[in-house]
Amino acid sequence: MASTTPIDSPPAPPARQVPPAKSTGRAGDKVFLGLSRGSGILLLVIMASIAVFLTYRAVLAVSKDEGNFLTTFDWNPAGDPPVFGIAVLLFGTVVSSIVAMVIAVPIAVGIALFISHYAPRKLAAPLAYVVDLLAAVPSIVYGIWGALVLVPNLEGLNLWLDQFFGWTYLFEKTEVGVARSLFTVGILLAIMILPIVTSVSREVFLQVPKMNEEAALALGATRWEVIRLSVLPFGRSGVISASMLGLGRALGETMAVATVLSPSFLISFHLLNPGGGTFAQNIAAKFDEANQLGRDALIASGLVLFVLTLLVNGAARLIIARRKEYSGANA
Amino acid sequence: MKLQRKNRLRATALGALAVSGALVLTACGSDDNTSNDTTGGSSSAASAPAASDISCDGATGQLLASGSSAQKNAVDLWVKNYMAACPGVEVNYKSSSSGEGIIAFNQGSVGFAGSDSALKPEEVADSKKICKTGQGINLPMVGGPIAIGFHLEGVDSLTLDAPTLAKIFDTKIKKWNDEAIAKLNPGVDLPDKAIQPFHRSEDSGTTQNLGKYLAATAGDNWKYEPEKKWPAPGGQAASGSSGVATQVKQVDGSIGYFELSYATSQSISTVDINTGAAAPVKASSENASTAIAAAKIKGTGKDLALDLDYTTKAEGAYPIVLVTYEVVCDTGNKAETLPTVKSFLTYTASDAGQKVLTEAGYAPIPAEINAKVRETIAALS
Repeated sequence: MASTTPIDSPPAPPARQVPPAKSTGRAGDKVFLGLSRGSGILLLVIMASIAVFLTYRAVLAVSKDEGNFLTTFDWNPAGDPPVFGIAVLLFGTVVSSIVAMVIAVPIAVGIALFISHYAPRKLAAPLAYVVDLLAAVPSIVYGIWGALVLVPNLEGLNLWLDQFFGWTYLFEKTEVGVARSLFTVGILLAIMILPIVTSVSREVFLQVPKMNEEAALALGATRWEVIRLSVLPFGRSGVISASMLGLGRALGETMAVATVLSPSFLISFHLLNPGGGTFAQNIAAKFDEANQLGRDALIASGLVLFVLTLLVNGAARLIIARRKEYSGANA
Repeated sequence: MKLQRKNRLRATALGALAVSGALVLTACGSDDNTSNDTTGGSSSAASAPAASDISCDGATGQLLASGSSAQKNAVDLWVKNYMAACPGVEVNYKSSSSGEGIIAFNQGSVGFAGSDSALKPEEVADSKKICKTGQGINLPMVGGPIAIGFHLEGVDSLTLDAPTLAKIFDTKIKKWNDEAIAKLNPGVDLPDKAIQPFHRSEDSGTTQNLGKYLAATAGDNWKYEPEKKWPAPGGQAASGSSGVATQVKQVDGSIGYFELSYATSQSISTVDINTGAAAPVKASSENASTAIAAAKIKGTGKDLALDLDYTTKAEGAYPIVLVTYEVVCDTGNKAETLPTVKSFLTYTASDAGQKVLTEAGYAPIPAEINAKVRETIAALS
């Protein structure tokens, strides 16, 4: 998960080290400089060549698409004529991730506040540890758990939501079927992104200057008022960037979604109906049986996901950078 | 500071506990596996006096193969028996999918590919680059019934015919107590429950074969082209035969399709098909073999691709069947793997090899076609 977070670009440290120039002139320093610079450049070259290769394949595929790559509601590159479009995938990816965010962020902030400000020390560390452990569970395990435990047990909740919140359109269940829906995927993704959002938020909340909190307490504020007046405003940008990191993970989740979702090439805002699809899930499902064009088409859809994730991570980085002086979370 | 360090220590201790706990658990797991493996191995060795039927002449080294997961269990058994008889030869079948197998074959990276549908013309054209002097051909090797599994509280046996089945999977029939179903099942108390049809979420040869059956028999009720991708808009999807079987097992009112072995292993009731024969036909290995016997060879030259007769009305012929092929070059196979391919396929097409199929829930290829397969294998070069 750390790998999806933006990491400081490699060339930065040497640039900072040049002015001191305390090199004793030993060969070792030069070798090390060469090695680190070389690996930095090599990394960029590899990344660039991957990007070129993928773009080339994607362009090949899109040029053969008889439908509209952006608006077609179908995925049939093996058909005659080949037709495929990403509209449904883009919709499903964004919607399931939004559902995940809406559920996960409040819970994560709550856990983070509890760990950082309410829990007794004895409880806080193990609790933080357990939440972090969630990040170590492989996503296919979440998928199997989701299919075997979550899906059958969500039927009751779905019916309840349909009965009392059906008027919202979102929760109106118009089709029979078990809960293999984008909503269920959202719940599963929420559980999967909890650890990263929680741990980054917790770090941020721990960074709140003690003076601020003590000053508020001295003025007679209750603990909740302290949190509301000093902790939350201070941590807002950190929480936002933590959420963005979580969102980045939710967007790219593959196996868990592929196991739980009942995919179909339809766009529907009825979140409880089975159906929909995400980029990563579609790639996992279609790659095996795909012909050459099919694989190129999947690569093209993957590039769209890449751009989407890049935008989200970029936004997160911007927010972190803006409040860098406070946040200890950008490590 | 101090506090924090203490906490970290505690967290580490907890982590160590978790890790060691996991190690203990996994250790148990792998122990169990090995013991299972050894018993499995010894029992199959005991039940395989057929080993002497296997001639390993010329076979050496490693043979890579890849393709259809529908025939995976059969190939696994074959490989085990074959490697027990021919020490020093290693056969490696990677069960991924037919598409992947054919791509690997046409790239020249495998000795043969497994596929649950015959090569398409463009795939044959591709194969000519690898088979320098010949082209890729299909050898029918494994047959099997595609079972229609259902889950309906209070109903153990159910008979359906092709048009009804098509309407169910096309979500045109929405309730279990629909007239069309009731007419086929006199005396069965059908509940007023919604039907939840499940299909495969990924492209699959099983889907394509069911589609071929429905297209051939259901008339206007199934207007879709048989493709690997599920064509109808309604219903729900799950990934893999195992995924569909799990959903059918779980969901009351559901119906789905998968290879028979998934139904037997999870004790899912299967639909009997009313083909027009005197009695409805059960999904079973023998009934599938009877139906495959009605198939005609449509391949030309050495290609033995089959044209299955889905509309068969023969007594005890279960019409929803799948035949998986082994794809090889008729001539121009790679010299280093040719002897191994020939020797291995000779075994799989032999009486002993075909007999193994029934044990694994598949259906043997009928004798007449099988004879041609053996002839073709003997002539591979």
